[in-house]
Amino acid sequence: MARYALKRLLQGIVTVWFIATATFFAMHFVPGDPLVNDKAVPPEIRANLEARYGLDKPLPTQYWIYLRNMAKGDFGISFTQQNREVNDIIAEHFKVSATLGILAVVFAAFGGILWGALTALYRNRAPDVIIVMLVILGISVPSFVFAAFGQLGVVKINDWLGFTLFPVAGWGTVQHMIVPSMVLGLGTMAFLTRLMRSSMLEIVNADFVRTARAKGVPATRIFRKHQLRNAILPVITVLGPAIAAITTGGFVVEIVFAIPGLGRYFVQAVQQSDYTVIMGTTVLYGAFLVFMVIAVDLVYGLVDPRVRLE
Amino acid sequence: MSEAVVEEAVGEKGGGVAARPLDLSALWQLLYIAGLGVLVLGAILWVLAQWNEGGASDAVDAATGTVTLALSQEPPQMDSTRGTDQVSFRILGHVMEGLLRYDGSNRLVGGVAERWEVRDLSATFWLRPEARWSNGEAVTARDFVFAWRKVLEPANASEYAFILYGIKNAEEVNRGELPPEELGVRAVDERTLHVDFARPVPYFDKLTAFATYNPINEAFYESTNGRYGADAEDLLYNGPFTIASWVHGASLRLEKNPTYWAAERIRLNVIDHAYITTDTNATLNLFKDGKVALAGLNAENLDDAMQQRWKIKRFADGSVYYIGLNHRPERLTSNWHLRKALQKVNDPAELVYKIIKLPGNLPGESLFPVWLKGVRGFFRQEYPVEPHQPDEAMGRVYLRNALEELGLEELPPLTMLIGDSPTARKQAEYYQNLFKRKLDLDVKIDAQIFKQRLAKMTAGDYDLVMAGWGPDYDDPMTFADLFTSWNENNRGRYSNPALDEAVDVARSTSDAQTRMDAMARVQSIIYEDAVVLTQYERGSVYVAHPQVKGVVRRAVGTDPDYTHAWIES
Repeated sequence: MARYALKRLLQGIVTVWFIATATFFAMHFVPGDPLVNDKAVPPEIRANLEARYGLDKPLPTQYWIYLRNMAKGDFGISFTQQNREVNDIIAEHFKVSATLGILAVVFAAFGGILWGALTALYRNRAPDVIIVMLVILGISVPSFVFAAFGQLGVVKINDWLGFTLFPVAGWGTVQHMIVPSMVLGLGTMAFLTRLMRSSMLEIVNADFVRTARAKGVPATRIFRKHQLRNAILPVITVLGPAIAAITTGGFVVEIVFAIPGLGRYFVQAVQQSDYTVIMGTTVLYGAFLVFMVIAVDLVYGLVDPRVRLE
Repeated sequence: MSEAVVEEAVGEKGGGVAARPLDLSALWQLLYIAGLGVLVLGAILWVLAQWNEGGASDAVDAATGTVTLALSQEPPQMDSTRGTDQVSFRILGHVMEGLLRYDGSNRLVGGVAERWEVRDLSATFWLRPEARWSNGEAVTARDFVFAWRKVLEPANASEYAFILYGIKNAEEVNRGELPPEELGVRAVDERTLHVDFARPVPYFDKLTAFATYNPINEAFYESTNGRYGADAEDLLYNGPFTIASWVHGASLRLEKNPTYWAAERIRLNVIDHAYITTDTNATLNLFKDGKVALAGLNAENLDDAMQQRWKIKRFADGSVYYIGLNHRPERLTSNWHLRKALQKVNDPAELVYKIIKLPGNLPGESLFPVWLKGVRGFFRQEYPVEPHQPDEAMGRVYLRNALEELGLEELPPLTMLIGDSPTARKQAEYYQNLFKRKLDLDVKIDAQIFKQRLAKMTAGDYDLVMAGWGPDYDDPMTFADLFTSWNENNRGRYSNPALDEAVDVARSTSDAQTRMDAMARVQSIIYEDAVVLTQYERGSVYVAHPQVKGVVRRAVGTDPDYTHAWIES
């Protein structure tokens, strides 16, 4: 187990290095220049700017310096927010994205398992048909539509109530977190519902379930110990990538609800060719995704005793 | 295994679950999961609630004198020597004060300076003794000398350094040819600042209201270790407000500065920028919910605002939009006849009234917008442009001449570089259609995101580009020198000795008549030579809380300006 974990960890580090390298070169070869701005600057000032960010050196040298600094955990200073270190930006905003992401994942996971199990139990009857329809809606409608509708709904509800039940936008209190995390988790919830439904159907009549029933095991126990525990395995498998995807993919929701998460820095950095922030956020997100997958694999062994990690 | 296959397999095995009577105990199990979920979520929310940072208040709170607003982005640069953008300047305008400032009725009045004198080649400012930094120290002439040298210091790489180039030796210092001590500004004593000019700068008083000219306390600057302006505590304030708290990306709260010399004239206690979002619809929703006191409108949400029967306000934001033409010799658009052909069919009125359809915009008739001041009155009234009449027939004549000169049977498609916004695309498609219809000319649209568009503009990789120019200071010169051969912002590389000379004349005298005459020559050259195709002068439309009075919207300087605002109860 320990050897397996170590092996996976090393693979993970190599993957992250690969992500960093690919991003570095892709970023430099894409047209666009972090130092070009609305107002053009004289060549002298431009030279000074290049020197400040080390862009006057040849690319391989820049890459080498960059790798060395990254190993030390230093991503440099942002191009667009010139007084802030990338590490500061990440530290300050990632925790917001993570909070939002965790809430969304909890919401999505419990909702998904619940609805999935429900549809399986009511297979081909009204609740199943209705929920499956909603699930298709949830999977196919993009999050910015949900976000816009969610926000409009909040405005209408507040207007109707005459007081602010949920804030329209912003961040800072629990009330601020509820609507955005639900909007963010909706797509994943729909996806998990479908997954849960099919894996539940697969085992609802499995041999061991029938055997248990024949032995006279109470239905609740069969559901909990035999059906749910088996059906939940595929859900756990996708949960790792889902956590990473939700935490890193909240850009649209963050913009609409004015949430100071890292997502918008990530996207804006790409639009503005903010090299240091692009590198910092990409490496962070990449590492997060890679290690989430590893973590899930390790957890898998704990949940399912049949899986042996070698 | 795919879902369909799974279901089939189940169906074969046992006739499906559907046939089985509903298992009630399983339902209880589901409730159990749901309960668990609610519990876990509740627990997390409860823990998070312990860190509550306090919700934002309503748009207007008369009791505490608080106005709540939204920012379109986080101010990227609060170091006044290096700031370049409107949001940073907006905040700086509230928390800092230069020598002069614009008051509630947009008049230029004394800020830190109580008296000033601008002569042909020099100026003197006498500072008020009561001007204070927020740590209680007096604002002195040395603070200005330090800040201005900092702006021009090569290592500081300030993008707005050029705005100080009127000062003697400024360009040389900025290029590193002279030490900062040689800059033509000195503190005669604590309260007297003397400035020598490199050339006549009759609008120097207006320039000192610009944020780049703000003073900086040297001792404080050094104590921040290169983090000056990065956070609320990394700034020392001398303006009407201070930044009380700044949560990056989330909120920025200004509170009245008790040490400000005219604090008794400031009537708001708090300006709370409680939201930061680029999403204009989100801002409008906040306005609808009574959470912010101001929301900008655009083509998408104007109808929504009209339906609410709100009072729509508008103001000219000062900028001029045009289609820039590439004048590099290897480009087709360097041909005068072709440019004239495009100009002849250009119809700014149609664009503004039929395509953009936002109230407040004016059809562009000149590079010089209507609000610029001339000798006595408005520049455009003193030097009117000939009304532009779109003329398809003349356009075709010019096009024929162009083809002849270029030795072409027909023109290859022209590339039009644009930004990636829906508005830009809509306008570009209008032009594509216009040029096809009137001149049978093909236009290829090249939509690029911000930096890529700028990179292509700078490299000259386009024929036509949708561009605009916002004024830096309140003088026609801010537009006149845009297409001089030495201006880096002249990205189409237009070069015309007659235009350069006219600008030189305007720059070498402080006589208003001579200056304005020269700038009028620039105005007619721009049109005659079809340097750009003017589109429109931009107006902004917005909705504002009716109780907040005295807010100033302006083209040049802090906008919107809440310094002198108050709440009417």
